[in-house]
Amino acid sequence: MSLLSVEELSVTFTARGRKDATAVDGVSFEVDQGQVVGLVGESGCGKSVTSLALMGLLPRKGVRVGGRAEFDGQNLLTMNERKLRDLRGSQLAMIFQDPLSSLNPVVPIGIQVTEILQRHRGLKGEKARKEAASLLDRVGIPDPDRRLKEYPHQLSGGMRQRALIAMAVACAPRLLIADEPTTALDVTIQAQILELLKELVDQEGTALLMITHDLGVVAGLCDEVNVLYAGRAVESAGRRELFAHPTHPYAHGLLGSIPRLDAPRGEPLHPIRGSINDKIAWADGCAFAPRCDHYTMECLTGTPELTEPRTAGHQVRCVNPVLPKAEVPA
Amino acid sequence: MSLLELDGVKVHFPVKKGLLFDRTVGHVYAVDGVSLSVEAGQTYGLVGESGCGKTTLGRAVLRLNDITEGGVVFDGTDLAKLPSEEMRAFRRRLQMVFQDPLGSLNPRQNIESILAEGMAAHGIGKDAAERRKKIEDILAKVGLPSNAMSRYPHEFSGGQRQRIGIARALVLEPDVIICDEPVSALDVSVQAQVINLLEELQESLGLTYLVIAHDLAVVRHISDVIGVMYLGGLVEEAPSDALYAGPRHPYTKALMSAVPVPDPEVEDRRERILLHGDLPSPANPPAGCRFHTRCPWVQETKCATERPPLLDTGDGHKVACHFTAEIEAGTVKQTLATGIEAVIGTETVAAEAVETAEAEAPAEKPAEDEAPAEEPAKAEAPAEEPATVPAQADADATEQTEDSPKA
Ligand SMILES: Nc1ncnc2c1ncn2[C@@H]1O[C@H](COP(=O)(O)OP(=O)(O)OP(=O)(O)O)[C@@H](O)[C@H]1O
Ligand SMILES: Nc1ncnc2c1ncn2[C@@H]1O[C@H](COP(=O)(O)OP(=O)(O)OP(=O)(O)O)[C@@H](O)[C@H]1O
Ligand code: SF4
Ligand code: SF4
Ligand SMILES: [Mg+2]
Ligand SMILES: [Mg+2]
Repeated sequence: MSLLSVEELSVTFTARGRKDATAVDGVSFEVDQGQVVGLVGESGCGKSVTSLALMGLLPRKGVRVGGRAEFDGQNLLTMNERKLRDLRGSQLAMIFQDPLSSLNPVVPIGIQVTEILQRHRGLKGEKARKEAASLLDRVGIPDPDRRLKEYPHQLSGGMRQRALIAMAVACAPRLLIADEPTTALDVTIQAQILELLKELVDQEGTALLMITHDLGVVAGLCDEVNVLYAGRAVESAGRRELFAHPTHPYAHGLLGSIPRLDAPRGEPLHPIRGSINDKIAWADGCAFAPRCDHYTMECLTGTPELTEPRTAGHQVRCVNPVLPKAEVPA
Repeated sequence: MSLLELDGVKVHFPVKKGLLFDRTVGHVYAVDGVSLSVEAGQTYGLVGESGCGKTTLGRAVLRLNDITEGGVVFDGTDLAKLPSEEMRAFRRRLQMVFQDPLGSLNPRQNIESILAEGMAAHGIGKDAAERRKKIEDILAKVGLPSNAMSRYPHEFSGGQRQRIGIARALVLEPDVIICDEPVSALDVSVQAQVINLLEELQESLGLTYLVIAHDLAVVRHISDVIGVMYLGGLVEEAPSDALYAGPRHPYTKALMSAVPVPDPEVEDRRERILLHGDLPSPANPPAGCRFHTRCPWVQETKCATERPPLLDTGDGHKVACHFTAEIEAGTVKQTLATGIEAVIGTETVAAEAVETAEAEAPAEKPAEDEAPAEEPAKAEAPAEEPATVPAQADADATEQTEDSPKA
């Protein structure tokens, strides 16, 4: 059994006076120990809402959560608040996109880290301080003793993100959820942080749920990839399989539309037309239909099922997947 | 002669402090001696990380920032010295497209009025009818429906708003368009639409572009020549393909190796050159080579004391490094530990690296990677009155917070 197993997770916002808005619409995936699973998709596709739902951090009112999310056999979605709080910070940890907003601006970094060590590992005084310094050191923050006394705003963006990672790994969590952990950072700093995350997975066997819009990051890091569109997974496959054979028209289009550093200058890009605002409800058909070149009438008869048109384990939610005209045997 | 030539351009912002009197306590050396030429009909791409001075440079060309020193020669005229009345005529010929299309469009004006405003100011079109005709043409060119004229900015998607920004520049019939992060605020699937549009327009209208972006893959895609900036200065400049095929400056090598490529086959084979620490503050740039506090090839001589000039190393490939030839020949080796040990800071490796760096650096300028970045920050405890210009890290953070869509 997987460490985390998410089944048909759905999240609907039900603000009064407004139409219900389903942000996550039946998402399923599994994460094993020592494995990196990616959730990738564009702005608004439900990545953050998915992670907040798993962490139990969605607002209590005006939200309807459905499905199951079993962590080590226990359903996170129905767990009581006390138990969940114990899990968070010990076995489950999260890194947010914007490090500044998840650090307390008026409390020195050191106190924020030692607090966690005290609460979850029972370390006190000098012992906690020493462990905090060693954590900062481990994530590559130079001069940790001095840094511990500083406030978040005194650290650069890269250092703040490293401090957050230090806090997240303080209790050696079994599952780390990283929501766009490098999006706000420069690429040279991003490379440092990604290396750090890889190290964590390889050495500690941490399971990592990596949320990002950057297919480049996914290509270098994730074992399994789930591509989300409008709140649903439209394609799920192993990393190599997905990039070699993107089969859902959206995933296929996305890969054809991003400029690549290693592509010759002037190589034409093939954009996807329209924008993510041009969508229909999944209940009516395929949400991607208004932008899809493969669209047929069949696409408008309810949500397309996940199928495996290519290889086992490579799931695609599309009635007209992108397949080679005829598979010519080599 | 090139259409646009920058000659030793410097833009220094004074840092002011004090309650009653604005005392200048220092300068932000945002752009510190940049020379480059943009050829007519071509695209010059300027890349570099946050805070290296790209936007400031672009704004300086349009004189939206005061130029502290140096020349900006456009079509034979030095704009830097031009009185402001005479600058007006040139403003039309040099247009800018901004990163945040919504922030740069007045929400209360409809699209026709936004576009007509600039035309009227510059005397384009005899009357409203003629202007309307022209606006219709341009909207079609940038791929917007003609009914867009009577609609308001918020009614459009991000990609469409960027098209409006481009249309606003185009109606003035400019020669040069400076595009500052033209696609970075857009969704991945929409970026390609705008990139293609810029390329088509260049082809059909013969436009000259100065494209400013932090995304090296985007810049490589659209540029003929690429300039790489680090802390206010150009460190390397080369034709796009040559730069990709063989980056010569240590910073460019690191930058290029850090850009993720959406292809596992490529990613698995790539060797990353990981840099230590963060970008130093432009208010307090390191002496000598600006990159010496993070350079994996930093040498005992020269690097910390002499600023390397940007020199042609053959085939128009310019590099600002004292040891380009030696690094190329392999006779100068990487000095700082790179790779995972350096990042994770495994005690022994990190300690060794710092020791080596300290031993190599002159006494008054420790080469321990973070040192220069810290100085401006340590002056400010949160309770203290902050300087008018915040340290770079803070400025970035504010920007990022605003940019990042929140759940
Ligand atoms: N508290 C909320 N109330 C109502 N709608 C919400 C709320 N939080 C998120 N949403 C909506 O849910 C959808 C998914 O949002 P989410 O933040 O998960 O997107 P995302 O994939 O993380 O995007 P990004 O890449 O921009 O971070 C969006 O349409 C968003 O507007
Ligand atoms: N008006 C100003 N007054 C003082 N300092 C400024 C001003 N404008 C910019 N700076 C500073 O000058 C430096 C260069 O800023 P600039 O905006 O040009 O960088 P950039 O390369 O465009 O970065 P980004 O990729 O984040 O847009 C930064 O340290 C910035 O804080
Ligand atoms: S189901 Fe139809 S509309 Fe949706 S992606 Fe497949 S072909 Fe396109
Ligand atoms: S001059 Fe020295 S520090 Fe600067 S890039 Fe070259 S080797 Fe590195
Ligand atoms: Mg998000
Ligand atoms: Mg900028």
